[in-house]
Amino acid sequence: MTAVVQPRPVEGRSLWQDGLARLRRNRAAMASLVFLVLMALACLAGPYLTGHAYDQVYRSYVKVGPSLSPYPKAEAIAPAALDALKRARVDVGEPVEIVGESVRIPVSSSRELDPRIVRYVDRVDIFSGARLEEMAGDGKSGVIVADIERFTFLFGTDATGRDLLTRTLIAGRISLTIGLLATVVAIVIGVTYGAVSGYLGGRVDLVMMRVVDILYSLPFIFFVILLVVFFGRNFVLMFIAVGAVEWLDMARIVRGQTLSLKRQEFIQAAEALGVENVGILRRHIIPNLTGPVVIYMTLLVPRVILLESFLSFLGLGVQEPMTSWGVLISEGARDIEGNPTMLLFPAIFLTTTLFALNFIGDGLRDALDPKDR
Amino acid sequence: MAQAKTTEDSELVLDIRGLVVSFATNDGEVRAVRGIDLAVRKGETVAVVGESGSGKSQTMMAAMGLLADNGRATGEVLYRGRNLLALRPKALNAVRGAKITMIFQEPMTSLDPLYTIERQLSEPLVEHGGLSWKQASARALELLELVRIPDPADKLRAYPYELSGGQRQRVMIAMALANDPDVLIADEPTTALDVTTQAQILDLIADLQKRTGVAVVFITHDLGIVRRIADRVVVMKDGEVVETGATDALFAAPREAYTRMLLDAEPSGRKDPVPESRPIVVGVQKLGVSFRIQQGFLKPPTILKAVDDVSLTVREGQTLGIVGESGSGKSTLGRALLQLLPHSGRVQFEGRDISNADKAAMRSIRRQMQLVFQDPFGSLSPRMTVGQIVTEGLLVHEPSLSRRERDLRACAALEEVSLDPSVRNRYPHEFSGGQRQRIAIARTMVLKPRLVVLDEPTSALDRTIQKQIVDLLRDLQRDHGLTYLFISHDLAVVRALADTIIVMKGGRVVEAGPAEAVFAAPADPYTRELMAAALAPVAAG
Amino acid sequence: MFGYVTRRLLTAIPTLFLIVTGAFFLIRVAPGGPFNLERPLEAKVMENLNRIYHLDKPLWEQYLYYLGNLARGDFGPSFVYRDFSVAELFASGLPVSIQIGAGALVLALVAGTLLGIASALRQNRPADYGIVGLATLGITIPTFVIAPLLSLVFGVWLGWLPAGGWGDGAWSYKILPIVTLALPQIAVVTRLTRGAMIEAMRSHHIRTARAYGLKPWTVVVVHALRSAILPVVSYAGPAAAALLTGSVVVETIFGIPGVGRYFVQAALNRDYTLVMGTVIVIAIFIIVFNLVVDLLYALIDPRVRLG
Repeated sequence: MTAVVQPRPVEGRSLWQDGLARLRRNRAAMASLVFLVLMALACLAGPYLTGHAYDQVYRSYVKVGPSLSPYPKAEAIAPAALDALKRARVDVGEPVEIVGESVRIPVSSSRELDPRIVRYVDRVDIFSGARLEEMAGDGKSGVIVADIERFTFLFGTDATGRDLLTRTLIAGRISLTIGLLATVVAIVIGVTYGAVSGYLGGRVDLVMMRVVDILYSLPFIFFVILLVVFFGRNFVLMFIAVGAVEWLDMARIVRGQTLSLKRQEFIQAAEALGVENVGILRRHIIPNLTGPVVIYMTLLVPRVILLESFLSFLGLGVQEPMTSWGVLISEGARDIEGNPTMLLFPAIFLTTTLFALNFIGDGLRDALDPKDR
Repeated sequence: MAQAKTTEDSELVLDIRGLVVSFATNDGEVRAVRGIDLAVRKGETVAVVGESGSGKSQTMMAAMGLLADNGRATGEVLYRGRNLLALRPKALNAVRGAKITMIFQEPMTSLDPLYTIERQLSEPLVEHGGLSWKQASARALELLELVRIPDPADKLRAYPYELSGGQRQRVMIAMALANDPDVLIADEPTTALDVTTQAQILDLIADLQKRTGVAVVFITHDLGIVRRIADRVVVMKDGEVVETGATDALFAAPREAYTRMLLDAEPSGRKDPVPESRPIVVGVQKLGVSFRIQQGFLKPPTILKAVDDVSLTVREGQTLGIVGESGSGKSTLGRALLQLLPHSGRVQFEGRDISNADKAAMRSIRRQMQLVFQDPFGSLSPRMTVGQIVTEGLLVHEPSLSRRERDLRACAALEEVSLDPSVRNRYPHEFSGGQRQRIAIARTMVLKPRLVVLDEPTSALDRTIQKQIVDLLRDLQRDHGLTYLFISHDLAVVRALADTIIVMKGGRVVEAGPAEAVFAAPADPYTRELMAAALAPVAAG
Repeated sequence: MFGYVTRRLLTAIPTLFLIVTGAFFLIRVAPGGPFNLERPLEAKVMENLNRIYHLDKPLWEQYLYYLGNLARGDFGPSFVYRDFSVAELFASGLPVSIQIGAGALVLALVAGTLLGIASALRQNRPADYGIVGLATLGITIPTFVIAPLLSLVFGVWLGWLPAGGWGDGAWSYKILPIVTLALPQIAVVTRLTRGAMIEAMRSHHIRTARAYGLKPWTVVVVHALRSAILPVVSYAGPAAAALLTGSVVVETIFGIPGVGRYFVQAALNRDYTLVMGTVIVIAIFIIVFNLVVDLLYALIDPRVRLG
């Protein structure tokens, strides 16, 4: 073993590197990836930047439409002021003036004005810092001056007057999180089950696959609904339930792969070298399983999100004031004639995300699929 | 045998001029055929010879309009003066299947599994011959009789999966001849078949050619076949025609170096005998392997005896050739001997009984006995580097080695199989078939084994590469005093390597003895049949 | 063949039994009961109700009682739709759901297969990208988005079709629900067919068919499609079972009196017998259609032996 030269090795290109190179050339998949990253960032950071809390209710702005310019609209201010003072039992003089960022409402009464009436004005989301000024000597008339609070609702508000943009982003967080977590649950169960079944083979495999066949023939989605209905609408239960449904395909794929891997000569070669089961599993089976698992995973995430939003649509999803895309869509669908944007915005968010995920999945499959090599 | 009956005045039926075939791939355009000329005259047999990647198949695929979607053909393919490449699909379909027909390399998959033989044979008859389905079916029966299929009436109603590979290839030939074509293109039609079947199919093609006067274009990598049936030979390399000429003339006096190399690629040389005094490395007594074939859940399995009552001894430095056709149990025997399959009977390795020893007991013995596989593509883990593959055995048997020491060993092993050690960080898919087989051999050599079981290590390789691997194996054996069990269906290779051989059929040994003796005077009829099929053309020349 | 079908249906009985048992105890384990309304009932009334519906007996006795009734074909009374038995609810709802589901199934299979073939034959060309893009969109837009949108556009804005309702089964009322239900299925069938067709067109026996100058129709439909249709058949089995047993989304949004709505409502209201009935009906559909798939498989592929 002496005097063997040890030349600097030439770097090779692994199948992964090849696949990723192919993926990078797939423009649709790369665009989807960028989109998805942006979407995830928006859902994470966006709610802090919109200026609204996701559960903040603006009673004055129930179901307002989407707008780039801030609310309130100029023509809505005076009626709102009049409306606010209706119950204050004062006479409101004309005209209500809008001066810059504040409003001037002349008021008078047969009795002395109670300064507390400004609260009626403050109670409206449009105004803040209302105060009584220019009191007449008898205290029976004056001017209520209030600052106009300006809010921007890019996507409008929902049926209880919450900012739809913030809620859509928060909902995205939930939907994406459930998508990821449930997929992980499904992958863990599926890979373990499939690998065990495929690796042990024989009678164990027959029995285990028979169980999967039976589970396939069950109306499984209904068991999920049962679970959710009976054990409460719970975030954790939600993704466990969804994950527990979706593992069947994964188990089949992994089993098939494991079986075909076991027949591969490089596994037999390792056995002939005396490599132990652990080594075979670690160096040969697992690295060769990752491809199909990753592909399936990217395609499973959109399915899980869809399933979650379906459950949410049925009213079995996350609970108020938390929300998910499915919940928002179901709220929007209820009032589609009056206010279609309440359906459109969350629907567009959900659909584009699923679309991007599917494109990434398809792209990954094309890039990693050995058939194309 | 084939005569040089080519006459200059006979009619040209197929005339390929300046054909270029290119494929659009991710790495840019790849040219598979680079402007070749090739003429076929009425009634002659032209062999197109070349190694894999020489473009010989793609030439014919282009002529038939069968290129993959990313392929493009330019130039001219003239059939009786009409350029097939310029024809509209409908006009092309009137020619192919009727006047020019084709049989393929893959008899197992070339027929539609979902239709009966009758239906598939009838289709071209109805399409081109204008027959009714009923007439076509009567003609189909005649055709099956013509290609000498047993029980033709039954086979007519059978589905492809109910036929053997040889029978399916006969069906393909029947289909090819259905409409009295002018040209029959045969693309490696016998490569996937066993030697005895191969000989039968070749005889059938030669016979039918004589009777029908069809011109045959025979694509092959096997020069034995060429000499047996061709009038003219076209040698291709890297998409170009290197040399062309009458068969006898070309075999007698090849002009080009490449042709000479092809002709010399028959494995040659004999192994030096090993004295009887050398110790016995492997002794096998009454070894048997049976498989339980599970028919279904909870059904009683059927027992298949893959290896039945086999005994043998191999001495140090010897090579035992195990010969047989597919299904003869030769590979199973090799694996059982290495204790990779449970078996009955006794296996002794260097005097120790290792029959059905458990994993732990086997581990120390494993490094002494190694296995090289047939398929250089499947036997290397696609996600490990060559260095990792070669040194995997060291992880088991010398776990104390440092990474650097292992790397050093990998370099040494790669050099031993004549590979540049700097490739050790590359991945298997970046290598050619021959190089991969060298890597697989390096993986066994790194452990310094005593016994190597070689399971068809050369049969997936081109002849010229095969020869190099045979030479490499012989060198390694000499340098390290290795003992080989060489499993093969290829008698030429076995003859070049083996001291003794056993011939297997249906799991049993039908003949055993010193290689020279068996080759000189085979005693068993099956052995004689094998030899006749495999070695006849060589012997004839 | 007949023997095989009988055998398969007999082996389905234990499966059904398992499903019934599992579902029965699963519902009973859950907290709450059918009469735990928001405004609690008087204790006396509650007691009476429980006695009438045998809910006062031990669980195993109720289980045996239910099994006994089931064996006689009696699904019991609905707890929530008090005036109806479960069987009556299905008798009125199932035909409605089946009409919509069958329409959607046929539409999905026909349109999906055609689109898939068209796409596969133009692989990697603009038409293919267009179809694949649309199909991906089809599987990503949930029905509960499509349904209100279609209803809004065609029902409210354009006024071409009724925006909802059943109209006693007039055909104009069925179009939007069928289309809504079919769209995602069309997308899936298209993708399946496309993939299988591409693989089939690359196979050696198709090369043979082309080499023998067979007509494009023969090559594509007789040879390629027959093998490419197999994955579609295996998909169509469970899909048919799901479609024919009604869709909760479509039935809720369009206000269709099918059986799809029962399950969620029944589960929420602890309508034990209706939940059980739904589970059993769906399981039977799944079992039957799995059998149909296997029969079709054997019909298409001679290598598949029934047994």
